[in-house]
Amino acid sequence: MDKFRMMFQFLQSNQESFMNGICGIMALASAQMYSAFEFSCPCMPEYNYTYGIGLLLIPPIWFFLLGFVLNNNVSVLAEEWKRPTGKRIKDPTILRYMFCSITQRSFIAPAVWVSVTLMDGKSFLCAFSISLDIDRFGNSSVIQGMSETEKLKFLARIPCKDLFEDKELREAASRYIKCISQACGWMVLLMMTFTAFLIRAIRPCFTQAAFLKTKYWSHYIDIERKMFDETCKEHAKSFAKVCIQQYFENISGEMRGLHRHHSKHDSDNEDEDTWKSDEEKLLGIRAQDDMNKVLWNWHTCKPPLALRKEHEDGEKEGGMNGNINGEINGFVKSHSHDVEKKEWAVYYSKV
Amino acid sequence: VMERLKLVLQYFQSNSESISNGICIILALVSVKLYTSFDFNCPCLPQYNKLYSLGVMIVPPIILFFLGILVNRHTGVMMDEWMRPIGNRSKNPAVVKYLFSAMIQRALLAPMVWILVTLLDGKIFICAFSVSVDPALFSGKHISFLLYTIFLIMAKVPCKEDVIFRNSSFRKAVSRYVRCHSQAIGWSILLFLIVLGALGRLIKPCFDDHATFLQTRYWSNYLDVEQKLFDETCVLHARDFARKCVVQFFEDIREDSLRLPHPVFISKFREECDDEEEQLHGVTKQEQVDQLLNKWYYGKPELDVSRIAYRPRPCVTWENHEGKTLYSDV
Repeated sequence: MDKFRMMFQFLQSNQESFMNGICGIMALASAQMYSAFEFSCPCMPEYNYTYGIGLLLIPPIWFFLLGFVLNNNVSVLAEEWKRPTGKRIKDPTILRYMFCSITQRSFIAPAVWVSVTLMDGKSFLCAFSISLDIDRFGNSSVIQGMSETEKLKFLARIPCKDLFEDKELREAASRYIKCISQACGWMVLLMMTFTAFLIRAIRPCFTQAAFLKTKYWSHYIDIERKMFDETCKEHAKSFAKVCIQQYFENISGEMRGLHRHHSKHDSDNEDEDTWKSDEEKLLGIRAQDDMNKVLWNWHTCKPPLALRKEHEDGEKEGGMNGNINGEINGFVKSHSHDVEKKEWAVYYSKV
Repeated sequence: VMERLKLVLQYFQSNSESISNGICIILALVSVKLYTSFDFNCPCLPQYNKLYSLGVMIVPPIILFFLGILVNRHTGVMMDEWMRPIGNRSKNPAVVKYLFSAMIQRALLAPMVWILVTLLDGKIFICAFSVSVDPALFSGKHISFLLYTIFLIMAKVPCKEDVIFRNSSFRKAVSRYVRCHSQAIGWSILLFLIVLGALGRLIKPCFDDHATFLQTRYWSNYLDVEQKLFDETCVLHARDFARKCVVQFFEDIREDSLRLPHPVFISKFREECDDEEEQLHGVTKQEQVDQLLNKWYYGKPELDVSRIAYRPRPCVTWENHEGKTLYSDV
């Protein structure tokens, strides 16, 4: 049981913490990209605003879409959404849950980019320098004689250190805009944290029972898909092995039969076992068309979520189950009700 | 290396309180790092200095507080226990109170760290309160301006680059003065908190009943472990269910659509499956699973495991030929 628990923990933690790990890596990548990116404001009144605000908003959209691309669960969600009903009804709450969890994870990298951009302040400075009221920074004698367009051009040059002569004015103006930008940044962070808090901490008040159900079934869908892929892989491997063996048998014909008759006592016992287990893994499906039908049906007509009784080992439904395939049901499982008598073992010593 | 990793994982998994403490400390370190990497930018304008500084001193602690509540596992456990219907298990308000106070204490650490670091560093105080300093305190430089100009100038103290204050001892003097106040306040708050914590630890046994405290702590830990184990069991069940569902699908399609003969060896495959522990516990249909999950929420089972604990199991007794018992499981 302990060994099982260790393995389970590794698997479970592997799946979720893998997604969390990707999420964290993308957030770090987003911060790193911002610091590596060379921000160069055009310093022209027509383009400043577009450049500044564009740099604030377009990379987050890109990161958001990238989050969707890197998330494995997107294809699971798409498959579950688009499949024909078959024998298994579709549950919209599960689709919603999966979509919500994918979206939540994808939001983190864009949020990091927006926060870092706002805290740094350069994009706001670029976008809003032309709307500054220069009088409040003192020294407005510089722009007294200018026309409107000249004034705009003068203000648009503020973000560029090399193009703007009046150092103090530039410093004061950039401090002011940066301060507003940082205030916006903190407000955005506060709103996002508060929203996340409402969702995570207050949600149990409302839908906990339904939430347990959706969590179970969405996890089930994911695992079932993995199991099916595993089974198909095993089948393909065995199919290939048996196919190749058949080919050799056909080619060699009698010589192979003679050879096997002589060396029957040799190591072929192991080969017999592996050959048998390969045959089992084929699960009775041995032709290309049959396999195609299996795969086709898996999508168009998913089986119902109800196991037949042969798969249980007669635990609660009464001792020995009828066996279709002639299997002998295992007698003692550790938690069977049937064993009530106490065993006695007698030991004879030589003394 | 795998063994080490397993040990570390086991240690952390075993004690959920130590995980919470670890996360709490990590959040405090994040708070310090956030402060050092944040580019504090005092506007140096009289109307905005105070607003900006107090904003930077108050809004990040609120964010860190909410984050602290979010990343704490006990939040979920507490909300579950508080909001659940009674079912077969009576509710114990003391447990909810204990969990709540533990959660709040842990969530308050990172905000306090931010505020203390802010105060001990002093930049924010200088920005906020340089306008309120009386320049007459600092003799040696005669500044005869109008009152408003003084106001403006004082507001520019935090900004080193300004031409008025380049290499000025006046600016440095005012900065030192305000920073000294800020650090004094910071250290006093720290001292107050430590004394409060020490007093709380020393005096609590006089007031609280230690026996009930032991009980509440046990049951709050139990709730946490129970929730984890339930999730684990559900995951194992889902895995077994999925595997059997897939095998059943292959069998059904072989019999119904493909009309293939029964392979001789299929039973062995089943036996291999059954060699592992049976995880389905008799729950084999979608409706049964839904009902089970519903019942787990609406009617939590009572805290009584005598039925399983006293289930009869095989016992072995070894006797020698004289009938003397050498070893017995009984």
